[in-house]
Amino acid sequence: MSGISPQILPRRSLLVRAFGLSVGLRHSPVAMVGASLVVFWVVVALLAPLIAPFDPNATHLPFAKPGSDFADGAVFWLGTDHLGRDILSRIIWGSRTVLFYAPLATFLAYIVGIMAGLVAGYKKRWWDEVLSRISDVVLSFPILVLYIIIIATIGASGVNIVIAIIFASAPGIMRIVRGLTLDLRNRDYVAAARTRGESSLYIMLVEILPNARGPLIVDACLRVGYVIITIGVLGFLGLGLPPPDPDWGGMINETRAMALVFPHMTIFPCIAISSLVLGFNLLADGLRELSMQR
Amino acid sequence: MNTPAPLLELKDISLSYLSRSGLHEAVSRVSFSIEPGERIGLVGETGCGKTTIALGILGYLGDNGYLTGGELRFKGQDMSALSPGELRQLRGNDIAMVYQDPTAVLNPSMRIWKQLAEVPMSHEGISLGEAKKRAKTILEEMHILDPERVMEAYPHQLSGGQCQRVVIAMALLGNPSLLILDEPTTALDSTTQANIIQLMTEIGLRYNTAMLFISHDLGMIANTCERLMVMYAGEVVEQGQVADVFANPRHPYTQGLLRCIPLPTADKDVRPVLPIPGRIPQPGEQIIGCQFGPRCFGSLEGTCDKPQLPLVIVDDVTSHGVRCVRWEDVLSISPEAPPEQPTLTAGEESFRVEGLQKYYPISDGSFGSFFKRSSQQYIRANESVSFSARRRETVAIVGESGCGKSTFAKVLAGLETATAGEVLISGVDVGRTPVEERTVEQIASVQIVFQNPDETLNPSLSIGRQIGRVLKKFGRETDTQRIRQRVAELMDSVKLSRDLIDEYPHRLSGGQKQRVAIARAFAGEPALVVADEPLSALDVSVQAAVGLMLMDIQRQHDTTLLLISHDLGQVRYLAERVVVMYLGQVMETGRTEDVFAPPYHPYTEALIAAVSVVHQGVSKRQIFLEGAQPDPSDPPLGCPFHSRCPRKIGEICETEAPPLRRAGDSHFISCHISVEELSKVEPVLHDIND
Repeated sequence: MSGISPQILPRRSLLVRAFGLSVGLRHSPVAMVGASLVVFWVVVALLAPLIAPFDPNATHLPFAKPGSDFADGAVFWLGTDHLGRDILSRIIWGSRTVLFYAPLATFLAYIVGIMAGLVAGYKKRWWDEVLSRISDVVLSFPILVLYIIIIATIGASGVNIVIAIIFASAPGIMRIVRGLTLDLRNRDYVAAARTRGESSLYIMLVEILPNARGPLIVDACLRVGYVIITIGVLGFLGLGLPPPDPDWGGMINETRAMALVFPHMTIFPCIAISSLVLGFNLLADGLRELSMQR
Repeated sequence: MNTPAPLLELKDISLSYLSRSGLHEAVSRVSFSIEPGERIGLVGETGCGKTTIALGILGYLGDNGYLTGGELRFKGQDMSALSPGELRQLRGNDIAMVYQDPTAVLNPSMRIWKQLAEVPMSHEGISLGEAKKRAKTILEEMHILDPERVMEAYPHQLSGGQCQRVVIAMALLGNPSLLILDEPTTALDSTTQANIIQLMTEIGLRYNTAMLFISHDLGMIANTCERLMVMYAGEVVEQGQVADVFANPRHPYTQGLLRCIPLPTADKDVRPVLPIPGRIPQPGEQIIGCQFGPRCFGSLEGTCDKPQLPLVIVDDVTSHGVRCVRWEDVLSISPEAPPEQPTLTAGEESFRVEGLQKYYPISDGSFGSFFKRSSQQYIRANESVSFSARRRETVAIVGESGCGKSTFAKVLAGLETATAGEVLISGVDVGRTPVEERTVEQIASVQIVFQNPDETLNPSLSIGRQIGRVLKKFGRETDTQRIRQRVAELMDSVKLSRDLIDEYPHRLSGGQKQRVAIARAFAGEPALVVADEPLSALDVSVQAAVGLMLMDIQRQHDTTLLLISHDLGQVRYLAERVVVMYLGQVMETGRTEDVFAPPYHPYTEALIAAVSVVHQGVSKRQIFLEGAQPDPSDPPLGCPFHSRCPRKIGEICETEAPPLRRAGDSHFISCHISVEELSKVEPVLHDIND
C-alpha cells in the first residue's frame, strides 16, 4: 500500500458532489425537465449571434403576423412588433440580458445574505439583534414598492437593478442562512474546531457553510426564478433596462396596448419568461427531492 | 379449535426493501412463535433486521418494504390476507408497540390524561369519565408516585422514566395480547432502566401479555425474557432459553458478543475483552453461506460457505438452536488473546481542578427579567469539583445524565468558562480563559472526543483534511507531504485503512468515524484527552475494539485520558481512577478497585447495581432508586442525594452538607454515614468463580 498516493478520484461536478449523488439528476424526472428548460435557454443565450435570424433592433415590417415571409426567403417565425422588429430575434437576444442579470444579482445577494446570516447565527448576541432588525425592516416593505422606491431614487440601469435586487433579496437569504447556522453551530465538529482554536471566520466558512449548501442550492434555484420575474416586472413598469436593447419584460410592456389585436407580440415573451422560471422552479423541486432521499 | 394455536407465528419470514439498486433482503427465513403471556427477546446489533421484524409484524414496512416469503399468523389468522382496515383494528386492540424514545411518542401539547383516555374511548367507546378513571388506575399500576399530578402534566414536565411508564401504560390500555417493545430502555438513565425492567417483568405476569423485546442490550434481555433469539445480518443465528444460551453459547457470534462485554467484577488484567474483528455486512452485500463467516475465527472454507445453512437444534428439550455447521467444534477453539499490556506507572500531574464551580444563569428572555436582576436564578451544573490526574492515567467521571459531567469537560476545553475555582493545566489556571484567549500550547494540550459519531466529523471535508488540519493548526507539521505522512501513521494507530484518507465521513461506519475522531484528538499530542461517552453510541462488538484502541493510543502518547461515561462496566475496564458525580458534586473518588468494592457511597452502590450483567456466575444485588434527579436550578439542601438515597439516616442528610470522609489511600466518600458503617455493606456484585 502506497499510503500517500495523490488523490486519484476524479473530482465530480460541484452540483453532483453537493448532493453526494454520483447518479445525479437522472433519477428525478422533475429535475430533468427543469434542467432541460434551463439548459435550453442557456444554449440559446450563448448562441444568440448564430441562431438569431435578424438584428434584434433593426426595423423591418411592422405588425407582421407569425410565419410571415420576408425578402430573401427569411421568415418572421414569431412575427414582428409595432416597430417592425423580429420578435424571435428579440427573444433570443433578450435571453442574454435575463441570464446575465438574474444569476449575477442572485449570486451577489447570496454573498451578502450568507455573510450576514453566518455572522448573525454564529455570533448571536448583538450581531444577531442588529442584523435581524435591519432585515425585518427591509422585509416589512411590500416588495414591489421597495423596488420602485430604489430604482426611482438611483435610476434605471443594469447595475442599479442588480443593486436593488441585492438589497431586497439579501434579508430573506440571511434568514435562511441564520436558521441553518443556529442548528449547525451546535454540532460536535464545530465544538471540535473551537477546541483547536479555529477563528470564527474559519468555522463559519469551512465548518458551517459547506454543510448548509443543500437547502441553499435549492433556494438559489427558486430565487433565480423570482429574480427573473422581478426583472420582467421592472421592465414592464418601465424601470428596467433602457431601450432599445431587448428585455422580455420591456417587450411585454411596449406591446401590451396591442395585445388584443396582435396577441403574438405579448404572448411569446410571456412564454419565454414562464418557461425559464418554470425550469428553475422544477429544478429546485427536483433537487429538494434528491436531497431528501439522501 | 383443539390445539391452541400460538399467539403469533412466523414461518420462514423474509422481508425486503426495494431501493434504487434492487431488492435487498433485510430479514431472511426467520421462524419463531410466541405463546400467550410469553416474553421473548430479539437481540442483535444495528442493521441485523430486528426492528424490521417488528415493523413486519405490524404491517408497517413502508412504501418500499415487502414481505417476500413465508407466512405470518396472528391467532391462527394469516395476516397478509387482512384488509388495511382489519389490520388497523388489530394494531390498536391486539398488538401494541412501545418505541425507543418515550418523549418523541407523546404529544407535547396534550395533557397526559387526555392522551391516555383517548385509547379506551376510541377502541371501546366508553365515556370520558370512565376512561379517565381507567387512566388513573393504570398509572398507579405503573408505580407512578403521584398519578394525580402526572395526569395533569404535559410530557415535557415529566422525566424520561416517567414518560416511558406513561407510554407503556398507553400501550396496555388497549388490553393487547402482544406488546412489542423496541429498545424500551435505551434512551433512559441506567438507574431508571433497572426500574423499567422490573416493571415490565411485573406487568407481563399480571396482564398475561405476551411481550417481544427488541434490543441490542444483552443484559436487558437476560433480565426480562424467557427465550431469546440472537440475530445477525437478517438471520437468527442462535435461539433458546435465556439461561441456556448465556450459559452455553453455541454460535461464535453469541460467544463473541459475550467476550466483548467487560466483566464488572474483574479488571482488565484478569479478564481481557476480545473484540470481534471486522464489521457487519453492508446492506446489499452478498455473503454466501454463514453470514458471520468473514468475521469468524472458526470459519472453514468449503464448510461454512455453503448456501442456506440450517438452524441445527442442539437440545430437543430446550429447543436450543444454532445456525452454525461447526457448533460442536467451535467451543474448543478460542480466538487468540490479545498480547499482554505492561502495567503503566502514572507520571507527573497533568491537570488539577480546585473547587470548580459552573453556574448557568437562567433567563426566560422576557422583558421583565431584565429588571429582575436581583432574583437571578442559576442552573448549578458544577458545584465545587476538585480532583487531579496524572500523565498516562485514565480517570473516569461517572454519573447519570444531567450530573454536570459534560459541563465539566467543556470548562476544561475552554468552551465554557468557570464561575469560580481553578483549572490548572501544566500549572497555569485556565478556568476562566475561554478557548479564544488561550495560547496555542494551552489549546493543544486539551482535546475532546465527542459522543455522537455522526456529528463529530464535518461531512464536507475528507478524513485526511480533518486530521491534517490539527497537525497544521498546532504547528506539529507544516510541510504538506509530512502532514500526509503523519495522517497516514495516525490512521495506522487507530487501526483504519490508509485508503480511507481521501474518503468523506458518510462512507464510514459509526465505529470508523469514532476512530477518526480519536485520531484527530491525539494528532496534536495533547497532554489531556477528554472522551465524552466515546463508546456509548457504538455497537457492542465495536465498543470493545474502539475501547482497546483508545487505551493503546493513550499508551503511545503518554496522555491523560478523562473518560466521561455512564457505563460502569466500561469504566471498570478502562479506568484506573473513578470520580462519581451527582448533581454537580463529587460523591466519591478513588482507585477503580476501591470504588467498586465496599465501602461504597450509597449512590455509587446504586450505579453499580444498575450495571447489566450477562456473565455466568456473576450475581447482583438489586437496588432501586425512587424518583428522579432533582432540578439543578433548585438543588436540595444538605446532601444532594438525600431525596433518593436508600440509606438516608435522618434529618442531618437534609440540612447539613456531608463531610468528605477518607476511606483509604486516595479513596474519599462524601456521606454522613461513617466509613466503618459503609464498609459493612454487602458487595453489590458477587462472582462465584472467585
